[in-house]
Amino acid sequence: MTVVLLGPQRRPNLDKLVTSLDLGGPFVTITAGWQEREKDDSELDRHLRGRSRNLHLWHRMQSVFENDPQYAAAHRERRAQLLELQELYQLGLSHTVQFLNELRTRTSGSAALRELAVADAVQVLRGMDKQHIARVGEIQASFYAKYPPHERPAIVRHRHEVAQLLADAGAIILAGGHIIELLDALHLFNLNPAGFGRLPIVAWSAGAMAITSRVVLFDEHSVRGPGCSEVFDHGLGVLTGVTVFPSAKQRLRTGDRQNMGLLAQRFAPSICVPLDPGARVVIEHGTLPADASVIDATGAMRPRGGDDAQAGDQPTA
Amino acid sequence: MRKLAINRLRDRKPLDEARIDRFLQRQTVPIVEGAKCTFLFRGGEHDSVDEVWVCHRIVGQPDRVPMKRLGNTTLWYAIMELPSGSRVEYQIEVRRGEHYERFNDPLNPKLAHSPVGSSSVCQAAGYTEPEWAKYDPESRPGELLDVIQPAGALRHESRCRVYLPARFNATQRYPLLVVHDGDDFLNFAAMKNVLDNLIHRRDMAETIVAFTNPGDRIKEYANSAQHARFLHSELIPRLESELPLLGTPAGRCLMGASFGAVASLSTAYRYPGFFGSLVVQSGSFVFTDIGNTHGGGPAFDPVVRFMNRYRAAPTRVVDRMYMSCGIYEPLIVANRSMVPVFRGTGMDVRYSEARDGHSWEDWRDRLREGLSWIYPGAAQYYYE
Repeated sequence: MTVVLLGPQRRPNLDKLVTSLDLGGPFVTITAGWQEREKDDSELDRHLRGRSRNLHLWHRMQSVFENDPQYAAAHRERRAQLLELQELYQLGLSHTVQFLNELRTRTSGSAALRELAVADAVQVLRGMDKQHIARVGEIQASFYAKYPPHERPAIVRHRHEVAQLLADAGAIILAGGHIIELLDALHLFNLNPAGFGRLPIVAWSAGAMAITSRVVLFDEHSVRGPGCSEVFDHGLGVLTGVTVFPSAKQRLRTGDRQNMGLLAQRFAPSICVPLDPGARVVIEHGTLPADASVIDATGAMRPRGGDDAQAGDQPTA
Repeated sequence: MRKLAINRLRDRKPLDEARIDRFLQRQTVPIVEGAKCTFLFRGGEHDSVDEVWVCHRIVGQPDRVPMKRLGNTTLWYAIMELPSGSRVEYQIEVRRGEHYERFNDPLNPKLAHSPVGSSSVCQAAGYTEPEWAKYDPESRPGELLDVIQPAGALRHESRCRVYLPARFNATQRYPLLVVHDGDDFLNFAAMKNVLDNLIHRRDMAETIVAFTNPGDRIKEYANSAQHARFLHSELIPRLESELPLLGTPAGRCLMGASFGAVASLSTAYRYPGFFGSLVVQSGSFVFTDIGNTHGGGPAFDPVVRFMNRYRAAPTRVVDRMYMSCGIYEPLIVANRSMVPVFRGTGMDVRYSEARDGHSWEDWRDRLREGLSWIYPGAAQYYYE
């Protein structure tokens, strides 16, 4: 199975990619992250030479909400709960980040002890990440147990149609946009069991984040927020052992080696892959190519290297 | 280290008017060379200028910096050291015999505007005008509507403008921001551009903004019960009944600069729990620790009484507060002093200082930080 991760497509080069990889259509496209602009996909279709079929997942989701108000209300409540949980987790992260920042500017005392304290702080972050994703999982599981989607006619009909479209597809094209809307749509219509993982996938930005097993939000220049990356939710898990960072140069302090090193250590053994404009990472059978740019434990952005390096085999810091 | 341009000019021979003409053609005035800023004034050849000053309002510095004449020429200059990132508004004052005249720098086209007129602007090394405050054709524009509210509490009509964000949708619910001195924020702090850009870039949530304007500003903004009642019981209820607003404390924010900041704070103080947040810039939070002498004049008397009372028994009036102040303005001391007082009540206070003065452009430059902190956009969730 082939997965291609791309950098942001402000200046799309999808047509060249499709030609070079000899991908056959028809292409199923997912632009749910564009929300109400989901259907404005004529340029995307041009790049796919008119062979695209948009699943219209976002509009299907709105249709479900209209036809099943009870489910819609429960969905809103779950989202509010998750966002509140996220805010509390951010608060915890921000204090640890502040502690790390203080350690970095401290010059007195033993450097060796400071290094130990930094390592401890990274462990604290990893612990919070792990606990947070577990709590998110609990909320999601409880929601799906209470409102089983496969028992709701408004959802079942769309699931069936989506599965039909996927069955006829030659490849999947997954665009970026609003990550929450995209994830909600992908989960709601059960893309994985419908055959998502058996087809070649081309994904970028939020689309690339959504197919990994753990979605990490990040904007280190934001006025609000914890000032560091934050785990958000489970992705589809088509691509394991990899955490992707679209527009890394724009959203991360990439010039700060120590900061980037801590990022890699925090998410290890998952491999941190920046996806800046122009990036193209072709992954065959889960194997990250040697020339893929990754962020290593020292904070350097460099080619992955090595023979047949499996995604996820970076040692834990 | 290279000599300053003015000193290189002084060394040139002959130092005549033609050489000064050529010099001025090549320079942008004031001449910024690292931390040194050279201010220039040129008199006429038959103009008997006796003295020239650069006049500014940097707290802790003499208000009038004397200029020196360059040799026997018509060129006058003064060199000031300004830290990186500074922005200073100034004018030139000239004495001819007994006659004094003050005006904007004729050699500097950069002007800052305010309700009381314009000033010249010196942008020191390191200062950049934020690109998010400039018109961006990529940003979808919001819409400004005129609203006239009969203000019973104030006994006059209140002229407001209401900003609806681009993609306004009556089926959604929006937070509300009420801005004091609204037209001034629109005219002198480019607030329409700022809102369009911040919302378009998702730095700020889609927000409905009410730009209010005072009648008698000094009276209404200096801890006036009538003004607070007008906002709380007249304007906001009307807006919440006619527009799709959240109508919750978390969705109500008051904003103002200078006396407008006092009006914001005192209104929230009178109606605790009604507003969720404040944006207060260069607040005229003047108080006295002892006695009643505050140096602000009679207009500040009610403000000082209010601030002294507040300081004696500080209370949590909102959940979140964004404060900013320029370090070159006299109000910096009062603002710095209030930060721990506000924080001590449990309010979440974000405080920011800039090397700037009591000016609309200073307030403009802090808007991104303040607004995206109070009403954050969804940029964190967008990866395109």
